[in-house]
Amino acid sequence: MELYELWKPLMREGSASFWQEFYVKFYQAFLEGSRWKQYLNGVGTTLLVTAMALALGVVLGILVAVIRTAHDQQRTGRKNPVLGLVNGVCKVYVTVIRGTPMMVQLLIMGFVIFSSSRNYTMVGALTLGINSGAYVSEIIRGGLMSLDPGQAEAGRSLGLGYVDTMRFIVIPQAFKAILPALGNEFIILLKDTSLITVIGGKEMVYAAQAIYGRTYEQMFPLIGIACIYLLLVMIFSWLQSLLERRLRQSDRR
Amino acid sequence: MIDVKHLSKSFGDHQVLKDISEHVYPGDKMVIIGPSGSGKSTFLRSLNLLEEPTAGTITFDGEVITDPKVDIDRVRRKMGMVFQHFNLFPNMTIRKNITLAPVRTGLMTQAEADDKAAQLLSRVGLVEKADAYPNQLSGGQKQRIAIVRALAMNPKVMLFDEPTSALDPEMVGEVLAVMKELADDGMTMVVVTHEMGFAREVGNRVLFMDEGKILEEGSPAQIFGNPQNPRLQDFLSKVL
Ligand SMILES: Nc1ncnc2c1ncn2[C@@H]1O[C@H](COP(=O)(O)OP(=O)(O)OP(=O)(O)O)[C@@H](O)[C@H]1O
Ligand SMILES: [Mg+2]
Repeated sequence: MELYELWKPLMREGSASFWQEFYVKFYQAFLEGSRWKQYLNGVGTTLLVTAMALALGVVLGILVAVIRTAHDQQRTGRKNPVLGLVNGVCKVYVTVIRGTPMMVQLLIMGFVIFSSSRNYTMVGALTLGINSGAYVSEIIRGGLMSLDPGQAEAGRSLGLGYVDTMRFIVIPQAFKAILPALGNEFIILLKDTSLITVIGGKEMVYAAQAIYGRTYEQMFPLIGIACIYLLLVMIFSWLQSLLERRLRQSDRR
Repeated sequence: MIDVKHLSKSFGDHQVLKDISEHVYPGDKMVIIGPSGSGKSTFLRSLNLLEEPTAGTITFDGEVITDPKVDIDRVRRKMGMVFQHFNLFPNMTIRKNITLAPVRTGLMTQAEADDKAAQLLSRVGLVEKADAYPNQLSGGQKQRIAIVRALAMNPKVMLFDEPTSALDPEMVGEVLAVMKELADDGMTMVVVTHEMGFAREVGNRVLFMDEGKILEEGSPAQIFGNPQNPRLQDFLSKVL
C-alpha cells in the first residue's frame, strides 16, 4: 500500500525500476479498490454457468442419444412413426449446433431470440447447454455403438427388456468408455464460458476487461484470468483421473 | 417344440437363408454342421429372433413368435442362448451375471436366484468363482458360466452357437462335458458346432447346411457313415 503510493509517481516520471513497475501494475490489476473481488465474482459466474450448462447438456445429450439409438435399433416391421419424427428433430438439432460456430449461436440467442432479456448470464448458460448437448449426445451415441453388440444380445437373449439391458449392461460399460471424452467436453465447456462476454455475461473475461478499461494495462488482468482458467482445468483433470482410476479398479479386484 | 416354416433371411440383397422348414422336437439334440458362411449362425439366431426373418414363420410352444405383436422378451425367457464369445457382462460379478435376468424378469427373488446360482455353479464345479469378475476367468470357465447363466432362467430349449470355437484346445473338453451332461438330463438342444465328435456322440439328429439351405439331415450314423450329398461328402472329407 505505502509502496504503491510511493512508487506510482516514479512510474509517471519514467524512472521506476523494473520491479517497481511490476509491483505497481500488479497492484493496480488485482489489489487497488479490492479488484480481486471482481475476479472472484467472475470465477463464481464461470463455475455457475459451467454447472448449469453441463447439467442441461448432459440431460439433452442423454435424451437425444437414447432417442437416436432406440430409433436405429427398432425391430423391422415395428417402426414407430412418432419415434421417427422425434428422431428427425434430434438429427436437425445436432446438425445445426455442430454446423455453426458457438459465437454465432451466442449472438443469435442473445440479440435475436432473447433480445429483450437482461439476464445475459442465464441466456449464456442456456446457449452453452444447448450447444454442449449436441456434442454430448454424439459422445454417448459413440460409446453405445462402440460396445460389443454381443453384450446387448446376451441381455436380450436372457429375456431382459430393452430398458433393463440398457440400464444394467450397456450404459454402465459405455459410461466407463466415454468418460475421457466427456471430461474433455467439460473442459471445453468451462473455457467456452469466456465467450458469453459478447452478449454481456459477467464472467471472468468481463471482469478483466472492466479492469483494464480503467487502468489501460492489459497484461496482468489477462494473464491473471488465464492462470485461473488453467488452475480450474487442472483441478478438474485431477478429479477426473481419480474417478477413472476407481472405475478401473472395480473390474480388476 | 420349435416349428420353422419357409424361413428366409436376407441382409440387403444377400439372401443368407433360403426357405428353410424344420422342426425341433422336445428332447432333441439337434446338431447343425456346415462350412463357414453357410448361414448356421443366422438360422440359430432366427430361432429366438435375434435375427428378424425376412419371410416365414417360427412357432414356439404353440405360439407364432414371428408375429410382431408377440412380446419377444417373454418368449426368450424360455430359450437359453450360448454364444461363441461367451458375452459375459464384464461389469458384474459371476453371481450377478447369473442372477440378473431371473431377478429382473420377476422369475425369482434375489435369494432364490442366489440359491439357484450356487446350485448350478457347483454342478459345473465353479462355486468358488461366484464373486469373481469375468476377466479373471479362463475361456473354458467363462463358457461354463455362460451356460449356467442361460440355465438359470429354466429354459425349455438351449441354443448353442459354436460354444467351443473361441477356446484353446485344452479347454474344449470341459465345456463339451457340461453340454453332454445337460443332454443326458434331457434338455432340448440346438447346437451349431465344428466338433464332429460331439455331433456323433451327443446328437440325435444332424443337419448339414450349405448356402442357406439344409442339404441333408439324418442320424449321426447316416450323416457320418453314409453321406449322400456330394457337398456333405466333400465337407466331411475336409473336417474329419
Ligand atoms: N449382420 C449381417 N449383415 C450382413 N451380412 C451378414 C450379417 N450376418 C451374417 N451375414 C452374412 O450371412 C452369411 C451367413 O453368415 P452366418 O454367420 O450365418 O454363417 P455361419 O454358417 O455361422 O458361418 P461361421 O461358421 O463362419 O460362423 C455370411 O455370408 C455373412 O457374411
Ligand atoms: Mg457362425
